[in-house]
Amino acid sequence: MLLAAEETSHAVGEASGWFIEHAWLIPVIPAIAFFLIIFFGKKMPRGGSEFGIASMLAAFAIAAGTAWDWIASISDHKKVAGNYEVEALIKQWTWWQSGGTEFGIGQHIDGLAVMALILVAFISTLVQIYSTEYVRGDRRYTHFFASLTLFSAGMLTMVLAPNMVQLILGWEIMGLCSFMLIGHWWEELPNAKAALKAFFTVRVGDMGLLVGTAMLLGIFGTLDIKGINELAAAGEFESKNMLMWAAVALFIACIGKSGQFPLHTWLPDAMAGPTPVSSLLHSSTMVVAGVFLVARIYPVFHVGLEINIADQSFNLVAVIGGITVLIAALLAFVQNDIKKVLAYSTVSQLGYMMMGLGVGAWTASVFHIFTHAFFKCALFLAAGSISHTASHHSFDMKKDMGGIWRKMPVTFGVWMISTAALCGVPFFSGFFSKDEIIDSAKHYDYTVFYIVGIVGAFMTTAYMTRATYLTFFGTPRGGAAHFMGVEDHSAHDAHEVHGHSAHPEESEHADGHLPDDDHGHGAHGHDDHHAPAHHSRPLPFAPTDSPWQIAAPLLILGILAIGSGYLNAPALGIYWFEHHTESSIGLPIAHGEEGEEHGEEAAAAEGEEGGEEAAAAEGEEGAAHGDDAAIYSVPPPPKFKWVNAAPGLGLVALGFVVSLGMSMAVFERKKNPFTPLVGLTQRSKIARGGHTVLVNKYGLDSLYENIIVRAVAYPISKAAYWVNQNIIDAIVNGAGKSGKRAGDMVYRYIDQGLVDRAVNASGTAASESGHAAQSVQSGKVNQYGALLFGAAAVGAIVLILTNA
Amino acid sequence: MYAANFLLLSAVLFSIGVFGVIARKNAVMVLMSIELILNSVNLNLIAFSLMNDDVDGNVFALFVIAVAAAEVGVGLAMVLMIYRNRRSIALDELSEMKG
Repeated sequence: MLLAAEETSHAVGEASGWFIEHAWLIPVIPAIAFFLIIFFGKKMPRGGSEFGIASMLAAFAIAAGTAWDWIASISDHKKVAGNYEVEALIKQWTWWQSGGTEFGIGQHIDGLAVMALILVAFISTLVQIYSTEYVRGDRRYTHFFASLTLFSAGMLTMVLAPNMVQLILGWEIMGLCSFMLIGHWWEELPNAKAALKAFFTVRVGDMGLLVGTAMLLGIFGTLDIKGINELAAAGEFESKNMLMWAAVALFIACIGKSGQFPLHTWLPDAMAGPTPVSSLLHSSTMVVAGVFLVARIYPVFHVGLEINIADQSFNLVAVIGGITVLIAALLAFVQNDIKKVLAYSTVSQLGYMMMGLGVGAWTASVFHIFTHAFFKCALFLAAGSISHTASHHSFDMKKDMGGIWRKMPVTFGVWMISTAALCGVPFFSGFFSKDEIIDSAKHYDYTVFYIVGIVGAFMTTAYMTRATYLTFFGTPRGGAAHFMGVEDHSAHDAHEVHGHSAHPEESEHADGHLPDDDHGHGAHGHDDHHAPAHHSRPLPFAPTDSPWQIAAPLLILGILAIGSGYLNAPALGIYWFEHHTESSIGLPIAHGEEGEEHGEEAAAAEGEEGGEEAAAAEGEEGAAHGDDAAIYSVPPPPKFKWVNAAPGLGLVALGFVVSLGMSMAVFERKKNPFTPLVGLTQRSKIARGGHTVLVNKYGLDSLYENIIVRAVAYPISKAAYWVNQNIIDAIVNGAGKSGKRAGDMVYRYIDQGLVDRAVNASGTAASESGHAAQSVQSGKVNQYGALLFGAAAVGAIVLILTNA
Repeated sequence: MYAANFLLLSAVLFSIGVFGVIARKNAVMVLMSIELILNSVNLNLIAFSLMNDDVDGNVFALFVIAVAAAEVGVGLAMVLMIYRNRRSIALDELSEMKG
């Protein structure tokens, strides 16, 4: 069955093209490759990685073709109709039927889907190429590529989903694969635990997804994303309260998947996986799935949570996003593990995306998904490159890094570009997306979130400066000193410094390779740099940057970390990205009096009143409203002014200066104006308390593990035990006792009285008669013969007498 | 009159055979007595066959002879095995099957 998209209005164009028609192939190819790798991978010369890379390249090619078709459709439509409203191309085949409801599987191609498809396919390709070097010689090389490929297939399935069922399918495939990939080196207990934690924490949120989806089916009677969006946007639902709760339930799923407060705790632990996995999970796939879900069915959230109505200054999505921005950024300051800094940075940036969606800045948030994927992927891959080549598979910035910028120009360059993008330095990609979110928050009167945004930008710059300083500058330490071929002068300092570090041993082996890793200098083992003898030993190889499989993806991503921002640069008047995705919002953009804040407020307020009316009149007026003004709408993006961006940029610069000074003062003991602040955590109780809170990650981990899990699991197990002992056992015992009593009765009267007596009687009779006849069986053949003939004689006599 | 002679001889032979089976202890003698009984039966069959001018009796007698030969073969083999095991073929000692 094929449900082609219908044209609903003359002003709405239709997407077309071979690639768009066949976009459903994009997740199918990696899914097939997964099975090929599983069944034939071990026999292949390159362990199955060729299947993975080939499938990702094919998927990327089709995704690129789809993007081309989409862009062509948009520009064709623009010429004809003068707007950008191109209808999504939806194809659905019936997957299964249940009670008259058909569940489809297929594709839903629009701007958002195209953006995510090309992003996922592209980054997956790069990560797989990178992995061929990074996990070379691993004992589960083939399985690694199988999981990686299936993971990408899951994300692509989700991105393409035309309905909630397929979305859940992709969502859960990703959950499973993230478990397999994070726990790739499960021989070490922390890795296995991290995998379980990631899986279960996300599962907690997934309950919300199932509940929310069921509620959507109840409210709208359909699970098609297009249908849900249209009905929600048109206000065609019975109860707004119900829609609000559905949005809340779905948002809980997004909290779990996208690592929002308070379920963000799995994300830093997920660093236990190999670095390419971290890179893939935390840039373009897994964690943006939650943000993607909110963006995908944005009308549900926008209408259900009443985003952008007049005088609203808080809503759930924005509040959770805002909290996440700040707490994750704070946590990034106390991490020694470079990957954990990046992980908290990811959490913080995801907070920005959620916050952006919460204040109505849909385009800016989706664009931030886009730019963030490139620069965060680059940062993770750079961290992996450092660990792989320079620091003996360690990720500890304080012990095994420092000063390596001279020897790894590619890694260093890409890192600096990506860091600039992450911090929002003007003219790098992150600036255009993040600043747009912050600007929108101010513009749409969410002042609190504007402040959160600029403070978050300040903190982002500060912790990234600290991480960069520790990693690339200063004196080389530990593994990096060995790599550089210099003496490790800071051995004592390093020990002193990480004396108050959070979990020195936790991060040490977090990403350790397995013993059979035959990588070039892996032969030393990853912790032998503790032995001072090695530090003066000449290197077995010249210090150099990583091999091309690692360097090439880094370079490509580095270029995109700058370039991707120019697809939508309000500062330069470029709105290309926005125009190509705005039809995916599902809500009309309240154009008109652009740039005038009051005008927009009025429009929003008017829209809200209209909505209530329509809800009251049950859609009667909805039709009337349909033509002239939409009931719900999102405000237009703000006009960019450098004045508005200035406070944020000032804070970014301040963050850079303060953090650089602090880093030099603390880590290198250089005299500068920040020197008096050194050792503050030792001297001031408040500072020490704050530091302890951060090191313990706000106690959330222990809250979950020791209090919630205990509080939930122990009483339940106790209650279950009590029920078991006192109720179930009583029933069982009662049944047993009465059974025994009945059995006793039966035994005594029926069995013993009747049956046994009959049996005994027959036995006795048989025995007696046997004894009586026993003497005949003398065992003597002669007697038998005599009996035989005697009997024959008797028979003969009887015969004669009867015949006579 | 004519047939009665055959029948009388047959009856005498049968009686001797029965006596042998019942009274003798030697297993070979018992087997020989069984042969006597069988041959008396054969004599009967042939006598009646002549009397009735019917060839069925002759055929049946041949059949009995064949069966008797087989029976003696098996019986003697058994006796031989018993002798090998016990160094005796006295039947009154073979009472292990006593009930």
